[in-house]
Amino acid sequence: MNVNHSGGHKRRDFLKYLLSGGLIGFAGIILYPLIEYLKPPKQREVEVSSVLAGKTSDFEKGSGKIIRFGNKPVIVINTKENNFKAFSATCTHLDCTVQFRKDMSLIWCACHNGKYDLNGRNISGPPPKPLEEFRVVIKGEEIYVSKKT
Amino acid sequence: MKNFLKRIYLWIDERVKLNDLENFLGKKYVPIHSHSVWYYFGGVSLFLFVIQVITGILLLFYYKASSDLAFESIQYIMSKVEFGWLIRSIHGWAANLFILSVFIHMFSVLFERAYRKPREITWVTGIIMFFMALGFGFSGYLLPWNELAFFATKVGSDIVGAVPLIGEPLKIFMRGGDDVTGATLSRLFGFHVALFPGIFTVLLVIHLLLVQRQGMSEPLELEIEQKTEQKRMPFFPNFMMRDLLLWLIVLNLLAILAVFFPAELGIKADPFASAPAGIKPEWYFLFMFQTLKYFPGHMWFIEGEVLGILLFGVAGILWLLIPFWDVKSSKGKRNRIITYSGIFAVIYIIVLTILGWAS
Repeated sequence: MNVNHSGGHKRRDFLKYLLSGGLIGFAGIILYPLIEYLKPPKQREVEVSSVLAGKTSDFEKGSGKIIRFGNKPVIVINTKENNFKAFSATCTHLDCTVQFRKDMSLIWCACHNGKYDLNGRNISGPPPKPLEEFRVVIKGEEIYVSKKT
Repeated sequence: MKNFLKRIYLWIDERVKLNDLENFLGKKYVPIHSHSVWYYFGGVSLFLFVIQVITGILLLFYYKASSDLAFESIQYIMSKVEFGWLIRSIHGWAANLFILSVFIHMFSVLFERAYRKPREITWVTGIIMFFMALGFGFSGYLLPWNELAFFATKVGSDIVGAVPLIGEPLKIFMRGGDDVTGATLSRLFGFHVALFPGIFTVLLVIHLLLVQRQGMSEPLELEIEQKTEQKRMPFFPNFMMRDLLLWLIVLNLLAILAVFFPAELGIKADPFASAPAGIKPEWYFLFMFQTLKYFPGHMWFIEGEVLGILLFGVAGILWLLIPFWDVKSSKGKRNRIITYSGIFAVIYIIVLTILGWAS
């Protein structure tokens, strides 16, 4: 009788594990595709090595403009000394797009008053890091911006 | 006519026993005391939520959720569709009033200790709905796809990304990619019109059923002083009539606000334009936003902003679980810590909101 009883228990335990294991597996089979579906597919970044930013005549001294570099914004600046520079235009603080401020002669983020000098260094406000610098090459009249390697 | 209605009533009564429901409603009473006025804010919040659902569905008839068409479709609603401006303005204003009313409802429940045993589940469902109300606000803000909303969503989702471990995957999940794009708009649209309303409705049903089942809570303070029990008012029809009157007043207020201060649209979002000055989140996020500004870049071993977000996270969890750690109130004793923390929270939120507004 005793043996039978524990045998019954064993059988019941076995069924319990089998069923709960099956249930977990079943839940996993349902959840896995759902979670994978919700993950946005990795989009291949538009591989851009170099972009034509415009003509030197488009940039007067002490001005700046945002250009498209693949799918990222880049700010191109012509300093008062007629020096062309380019930086990532995405503020290192919270992702806003920066702008050139002629009156302050620096790069400014309107969202939280972050300031960068014309070398891209964060000099005031909340930005934790400098802006990534891009290479500027001038061929004749044309300004080309490319990633620094 | 009267006879006809009576026949319909009897027809339904025969099948679903309306008598029981009538008896139940007839037995429900609302306590009358010096703090009774706070009972109305739950009802006002419910009314505003219903307005949101109705106006939201109406907007759906014309709105197009894509980065190419969203802004234009709202321009169309505002300028071409008859009364489109009114529906959209009411949707916007009702959202703001809804969150305001929920804030008042939540704090009144806190100060009256209405969350104490046996109403813990009502509090927890209410607080989750409050968090969802903020989620509704955040997700709805981007839908017009204008410049302000675009950068506010960038900043808001970037803050989420700062949370250790889960932040980055959560940010990508919210944005539907690395950046705020049309994919973000589709996602937040899905959250705003399907996912959130679905979950919210389930929670709301539980919340309301519990209120019906357990009746109105009486303020702990009055219970201790044994000032209650003397006066009460039948819920149906007396309290309900008062509720309806207040709803009518709120509806009028909404109409006035929508007509004299219609919703604005701004200029279309351009991912390749510089952020405009004056990017601010909606007023109900301002106190958190302003707080984060006071954290320095680095504190000890952690980024200041991350620390701020973690502190808000901890505060949110403590808030949600108040009924479980405030054992004193459940035992019917005074707990001044709750009163003081509640007063502190109210003052903090008001002061930081004003500072955020002015900055």
